[in-house]
Amino acid sequence: MNFLRRIIICAAVLPIAITTPANAQPENTASSSFNPKISLILQGSYTDFSSAEEASIPGFLLGPETEFRSKGFSLGESELSLEAAVDDMFRGWATVAFEDEAGETEVVVEEAYLETLSLPYGLGVKFGRFFSDIGYQNRQHSHAWDFADAPLVYRAMLANKLRDDGIQVRWLAPTDLFMEFGAEALRGIGYPANDSGDGINSWTAFARIGGDLSASSSWRLGYSRFEADAELREVEDEGTPVHGFTGSSHLNVVDAVYKWAPNGNSRNRNFALHFEYFDREESGQVEDLQSGDQSDYQGTQNGFYIQGIYQFMPRWRAGLRYGRLNADNQVSNPVAGTILSELEDDDGRAERSSIMADYSRSEFSRFRLQFNRDESRQDNDPDNQVILQYIHSLGAHPAHQF
Amino acid sequence: MYWNTRTRKRLSDHFAGTVGRMDAAIEPPWMGLRRVPAKGSGRLGMFKIIVATLLMTAGLPAQASIKIFACEPEWAALSSELGGEKVDVYSATTALQDPHLVQARPGLIARMRSADLAVCTGAELELGWLPVLQTRANNPKVQTGKPGLFEASQFVDMLDIPGKLDRTQGDVHPYGNPHIQNNPHNISRIAVALSQRLVEIDPANAIFYKQRQQDFSQRWQSAIKRWESLAAPLRDVPVVSDHKGWSYLYQWLGMREVATLEAKPGIPPSAGHLQSLLATLKSTPARMILRAAYYPRRPAEWLAERSGLPIAELPFTVGGVAGSGDLFALFDITIERLLQAASP
Repeated sequence: MNFLRRIIICAAVLPIAITTPANAQPENTASSSFNPKISLILQGSYTDFSSAEEASIPGFLLGPETEFRSKGFSLGESELSLEAAVDDMFRGWATVAFEDEAGETEVVVEEAYLETLSLPYGLGVKFGRFFSDIGYQNRQHSHAWDFADAPLVYRAMLANKLRDDGIQVRWLAPTDLFMEFGAEALRGIGYPANDSGDGINSWTAFARIGGDLSASSSWRLGYSRFEADAELREVEDEGTPVHGFTGSSHLNVVDAVYKWAPNGNSRNRNFALHFEYFDREESGQVEDLQSGDQSDYQGTQNGFYIQGIYQFMPRWRAGLRYGRLNADNQVSNPVAGTILSELEDDDGRAERSSIMADYSRSEFSRFRLQFNRDESRQDNDPDNQVILQYIHSLGAHPAHQF
Repeated sequence: MYWNTRTRKRLSDHFAGTVGRMDAAIEPPWMGLRRVPAKGSGRLGMFKIIVATLLMTAGLPAQASIKIFACEPEWAALSSELGGEKVDVYSATTALQDPHLVQARPGLIARMRSADLAVCTGAELELGWLPVLQTRANNPKVQTGKPGLFEASQFVDMLDIPGKLDRTQGDVHPYGNPHIQNNPHNISRIAVALSQRLVEIDPANAIFYKQRQQDFSQRWQSAIKRWESLAAPLRDVPVVSDHKGWSYLYQWLGMREVATLEAKPGIPPSAGHLQSLLATLKSTPARMILRAAYYPRRPAEWLAERSGLPIAELPFTVGGVAGSGDLFALFDITIERLLQAASP
């Protein structure tokens, strides 16, 4: 635990004094005592790809950090989370991620937000930096994903996830049927928006309903919209500027989740089915930052993924996922050999099929083997990808989000 | 005088209530997703009529009932015993579900949103899902520290409090073993505290709750006497348990746990551990294997086949097996099945 403490102090994350649980009496170590719940996620992987080509998806401008993992062993994000009630009104949460970028360790504040606990009329407000509540998977941290990588639509349209600074307001209807409505006003640091310095550069709104079909199964349906403005948004690849965009991006998301376990007892067997459909309209100007060529751009893009995860015996799960993207773009000046011609080339359709199996010794550890057949690059050249991943958690017990 | 269809219906319920407790055997298994019917009790009938009459003559409008969100079926059953028709009870889980592994489903968030009182075990049993419900449900009443969150484990003496917290020892609970419902003396204490909590939340019905608690307590104490005399032969009987979930039952009946199917709490039984268990049983014999209805059958059956020990399949909580539809039936069946397994 001293190791944990050192990391916290080194990173100068939060000025919170933490009592080390080691050797302490049980009363002092419980997560509900005054100390914040602490958890450290350790993730890493061994990867192999059959293609060495640079990652690109024809018809899409990729956001930052959407390249594939490096071949061989690599340390994924190590995440340190602290969570506690601040007082009777607020609950605080902070997640700091340590990422290895080309041999250097970057410290990133993934989330740092406060949430109300005691507002009347079913209202809830969250403010700070947080993962947006749009869609289904967006709210989950990468260690809670069912696959080692984000679905294709998330990678192409949101640079894996939408995370931003801002405020969220949610309202839960006082009905037995779950009905939740919410909206977020965001600064715009989350791709595909950019922070132009005007204040609020993106908005989201979401509505979802859900409930139980029987003791064994439950469901949730959601619709979300995300509106983003970008002004001279530059995306870099390892320090080299690739493309710039000025304009607007409107995204509609429909998500559906169905979960099943015999008699609702998920201990032995359970099944989860997820589906998300993304539909996006973009318009503005694009610039290739290497050649300096510019063009007007109107984009219509959509895509989806569907995945099923089945736990067939205690500790063991297997999953299948299929994702696809389509684009129909108008680029007025598609200069050959630039990002502009890549954006105009929307004939092919990017797809990817994945299969995975994972083993969890306890609720705190998981090993996963995943195989992707990725056909997202130009001309659908197949890339066979193998990912062997571990996700272990130290500290507080994980919550079981639906 | 105020009279409406609601109070009229209630009055007729009170007369119907005099037939006494429903025959447990014909009761359908507890589904959890259904509301718990208010149970009438024979000796309470007269009192209920008086209260109903008082309410009507006082000219009070029929009050909206208190919405109770029970984390586990035993607390749903106890809430119904104590609150009668003044409460509207929803059970988040059924006896066939493992209370450690519940998901914060949309349906649970919606029920938590409008709850006046959440009745849970506490002691971190619901650690994986209750905090999520509390933050997603936007309901100030059920936040930690508010009267709307009742944690039953605060009112009993906890067993198995670990001296050392170490995950290599499995999923240990720092506050002690949270499966407190299988000692009826714990239920008595919790009933007193829960009744007080109902009075605090709904003071207008204070007399009703107090009377109801006294009536329950009387019936419960005489039932305990009956169970204890029936269970006398179980004293000192050595047993094998599935999960470390029966400590309070053993404490009550004086049974001895010689081994568990799980090598460590929360870690599913492995073939290797079951083999070594079989060897242990040769030197330390046991009389039966206890299995909770929600717990996987296979490990217990594997051991039973090779050791020749009988399996006692117990409800573990209200509704776990057919005919265990309320708290009285839960203990009736538990004792009956233990005696069956213990008889040669």
